[in-house]
Amino acid sequence: MSKRRPYVRSMDGWWRRNPYFVEYMIHEGTALFVAAYAGILLAGLVRLAEGEAAWNAWLAALKNPWYVGFHLFALAALAYHSFTWFKIMPRTMPPVIVEGQRLPAWVITGGGLAAAVVASLILLGVVWGMVR
Amino acid sequence: MAEGQKTIEIEVLRYHPENDTEPHAQVFEIPFTDDMSVLQGVQYIKDHLDGSLSFRWSCRMAICGSCGMMINGVPSLSCQTFLRDYYPARVRVEALAHFPIERDLVVNMEGFIEKLESIQPYIIPREARTLSEGEYLQTPEQLGAYEQFSSCINCLLCYAACPQFGLNSRFVGPAALALLHRYNADSRDGGKAERMELVNSEDGVFNCTAVGYCSEVCPKHVDPANAVNQNKTNSAIDYFLRFLAPKGGAR
Amino acid sequence: MKPTLKRSNAPIFWALFGAGGMLSALIGPMLVFITGLAVPLGLLLPADTMSYAHVLAFARNWAGKAFILAVIALFLWHAAHRIFHSLHDVGVHAGTGAKLVCYGLALVGTVIAAWALLAVGF
Repeated sequence: MSKRRPYVRSMDGWWRRNPYFVEYMIHEGTALFVAAYAGILLAGLVRLAEGEAAWNAWLAALKNPWYVGFHLFALAALAYHSFTWFKIMPRTMPPVIVEGQRLPAWVITGGGLAAAVVASLILLGVVWGMVR
Repeated sequence: MAEGQKTIEIEVLRYHPENDTEPHAQVFEIPFTDDMSVLQGVQYIKDHLDGSLSFRWSCRMAICGSCGMMINGVPSLSCQTFLRDYYPARVRVEALAHFPIERDLVVNMEGFIEKLESIQPYIIPREARTLSEGEYLQTPEQLGAYEQFSSCINCLLCYAACPQFGLNSRFVGPAALALLHRYNADSRDGGKAERMELVNSEDGVFNCTAVGYCSEVCPKHVDPANAVNQNKTNSAIDYFLRFLAPKGGAR
Repeated sequence: MKPTLKRSNAPIFWALFGAGGMLSALIGPMLVFITGLAVPLGLLLPADTMSYAHVLAFARNWAGKAFILAVIALFLWHAAHRIFHSLHDVGVHAGTGAKLVCYGLALVGTVIAAWALLAVGF
């Protein structure tokens, strides 16, 4: 009779076993802030549809220290999301061949981060231009 | 042991299915020299301290892919991991994570072998060719499209690094998908449509959450994460465009 | 344990996740700064940047509607997909229930946003 009895180890708490996994869980966790921020914007949009008084009430609520505090954390979380999104991009996108050479990882990550900075400045500029 | 000999402790996760209900740690003290690999350390234990210790090894030079172990929790080839990098601290050695332990440091790799077979890891010629027609020719660019993915030595470190495989052992996983991509990306091959069925399936690429650790631990710089994620793009394009394409890639 | 060849419908959610991930990576931090910090605290931008008149005009414009819908819907789908997988990561089975809750909320959010954008008029 076979003495074989392969032992399957538990996966409980696997993400605590390696710093690499801890970082993974943190950057996945930024999604909670993305969701909450989208929820706040959605609430604002509904208030906008309800009229001026409702909109102004929502706008005033944003000055509440709890909201300001939340947005400070959300800013950090989304910035971290941007950074990790472009950091993993050399692994997630198909290779880019330029003049027979594969584009190195740092160029892809750097290019993505530069694009984010440019897009953000354009957004700020457009907002500024529209309301000035 | 000679007087004044430096020593180091190795903690091994033991499991003998005929006696043990679950694995347990056992610590061995072995003589230490700064040219010793972790593999040499466990070999010393087997040769001098406990002959019942089981582990796989062969080439001792990082090409056979047999001696993968968790070393201080990191999937590593024990032949190219050196005790001096841990000395004087104790080194913890365990069977590769996410696989069932067969005995001590030996894992059960039957599931992986089945996956390897399922990806049809051989060239399925695009068109039949007779000997007299000569060899298939490839440009350096065509070679470059798959060469990196052909370096896999089936050491399974990437599976031990992949939590998604640990959570769902049906996931085809990094090495097999990288090898699958190696054949799909080969200009001589015509088997892509068949292999894509596996890529597109519920056991396929979409189990991956781009943790990226598989590529980090790969001793041959295959970058399996890139192969898997390229095929998410390929699979998604096929998913959305199959109704437009004349033949339709999917079933 | 032969692999099943049942086709995964993940590409739909993965594509939305990717689009939302890219959009939020490009402009997410700046958007949070503008709507959550600069305007409420009166920093940098004019005080009436998000006044009712300004925002209403933006939301009545076709390009404005498209931008607002893209931000809210894609951010929600991005987050839903990540949270769905994270639940699986921490041991909540990635079955129909988790799928319904995560993707269902994103869908509801998308529908509400689309409704509100129609309700603000043109």
